Amino acid sequence: MTVLGAAWSWLTTAAHWAGEDGIGHRLVEHLHLTAVCLALSCALALPVALVLGHLGRGGALAVTVSGAGRAVPTFAVLVLLLLTPLGGYGQWPTVVALVLFAIPPVLANAYAGIRGVDREVVQAARGLGMTARQIVVRVEVPLALPLILTGVRIAAVQLVATATIAALVGGGGLGRIITAGFRLADTAQVVAGAVLVALFALLVEGVFEAARGLAPRRAGPGPAGRRAGGGPG
Amino acid sequence: MTAPPDDCLARNEWICGAYLTSRRGVLRDAVLQHLQLTSAALALAVVIALPLALAARRWRGLAGPVLGLTTVLYTVPSLAMFSLLLPVYGLSASLVVAGLVLYSLTLLVRNLLAGLRAVPEEIRQAARGMGYGPLRLLLAVELPLALPSAMAGLRIAAVSAVSLVTLGAIVGYGGLGNLIYAGMNTFFKAQVLTATVLCVLLAVVADLLLLALQRLLTPWARGAPP
Repeated sequence: MTVLGAAWSWLTTAAHWAGEDGIGHRLVEHLHLTAVCLALSCALALPVALVLGHLGRGGALAVTVSGAGRAVPTFAVLVLLLLTPLGGYGQWPTVVALVLFAIPPVLANAYAGIRGVDREVVQAARGLGMTARQIVVRVEVPLALPLILTGVRIAAVQLVATATIAALVGGGGLGRIITAGFRLADTAQVVAGAVLVALFALLVEGVFEAARGLAPRRAGPGPAGRRAGGGPG
Repeated sequence: MTAPPDDCLARNEWICGAYLTSRRGVLRDAVLQHLQLTSAALALAVVIALPLALAARRWRGLAGPVLGLTTVLYTVPSLAMFSLLLPVYGLSASLVVAGLVLYSLTLLVRNLLAGLRAVPEEIRQAARGMGYGPLRLLLAVELPLALPSAMAGLRIAAVSAVSLVTLGAIVGYGGLGNLIYAGMNTFFKAQVLTATVLCVLLAVVADLLLLALQRLLTPWARGAPP
C-alpha cells in the first residue's frame, strides 16, 4: 500500500503536471500520436478492406497480415526503424511503426465485416440497379459497421499501448514517465505512469464502447465473436 | 598497432555472419531465456485458466465478472502492466512471467469457456447414461471436445507472449529483447536485426508446434478444417 500511496502523492504533486516533462504535456503528446496514427491507419486500411471485401478476394492476405502483426514484436520494429535512415527524422519512425501495427486489426475486421454481409442483400441491391460504388457505400458499409468499428477500437487501444513502448526508443507520450521512473529507480513514478497509461487505454476502450451503444442498430450483431487481429501491445 | 579489422561488424552492417559466429553463446543464452520465460508463463496461465473457466461455467453469475476482469487486464498496455507489477516483484524474471500470465489468461479463459459451452447436451447425456461420473465426464468427454477451441486460444497466447517477452528488457529479463535493447543503445544493427528475426522465428515455431500438438491430441478431428 505504501507504494500506491507514494504513487498517489507523485500524481498529486503539482510540479509533476507542469512543463515539458509534465503529465499534462505527455498526455497531450500521447493523445496526439494515437489520434494521428489511428487516422492514418484507417485511411490506409479501410479502402483496401472495402475493395477486397467487395470483390471477395484476398481473404488469406487479411489473415496473414493480422497473424504477422501479432508475431512481430512492436519494440523490435521501433528499434529497427530507429536504426534505419528514417531514424533521423524525429517522430517519423514512431509514426510508421505505430501505423504498421494498427493496420492489421482495422483491415482484418473490416474485411470480415464486408464479407459477412448477406450475399442475397447484395444481389437485391444489384437488382435495384445500384452501381458497385453504391452497393459498397449504401449497403455493405452500413451492414458491416459494427465489425468495422470493432477493428478501429482494437487498433486504437493497441495504438495507446504501442505509443507507450515508443518511449523506450525516445518517443514522447506517457511512456516517458515510466521510462524516466525506471532510470531514476523511482518505483512510485513508474507506478504512477503505469496507472496513467492503463487509465488512458481503458478510457479509449470505454469511449468506443459508448460510441457503439449510440450507433444505429439496424444491422444484426454481425458474425458473433468474430474479431481478428487483436493482441496485447 | 594493428588496424581495426574491416569486417561487417566494424562496418555495422545489418546482416553479418561474423556476428552470428562470434556471439553464438550470447544468442543461445538469450533464446533460452526467451523460451523459459514464455513457457513458464504459458504453463502457469493454463493451470490458472482451467479452474477459472470451470468455475465460470459452473456458476453462471461468475462468468460475467471473470470475463470482464480478464478483458480489463488485456486492455492494460504491456509496458504499464510490467510497471504495475514492479512493486510486487521488483526487477525480476517473475515480473515478466506474471505479466505474461495475466495477458494469456484472457485468451485461455475465453476460449476454454467457449469450448466447454459448445459441447452438445446430448453428448453429455449419453456419457451420463453410460455411467460417467462428473470427473470422468469432464476429463474424458468435455475437455477433449473443448480442446480445439482451447488450443486456438493457446496458440494466440503463445505467439503474443513470445513477442511481449522482448519488453522484459526494461527489467533486464527480456530474452532476445535484451539484445534489442542493448543494440539500440549502441546502434548495433546486426544485433537488433538478428534478435528480431530469431524472435519472429520462435513465434512461428511455437505456433506450429502447438498446432502439431493439437492434431496429435485430437485424432478424430483430423482432415476437418482447424
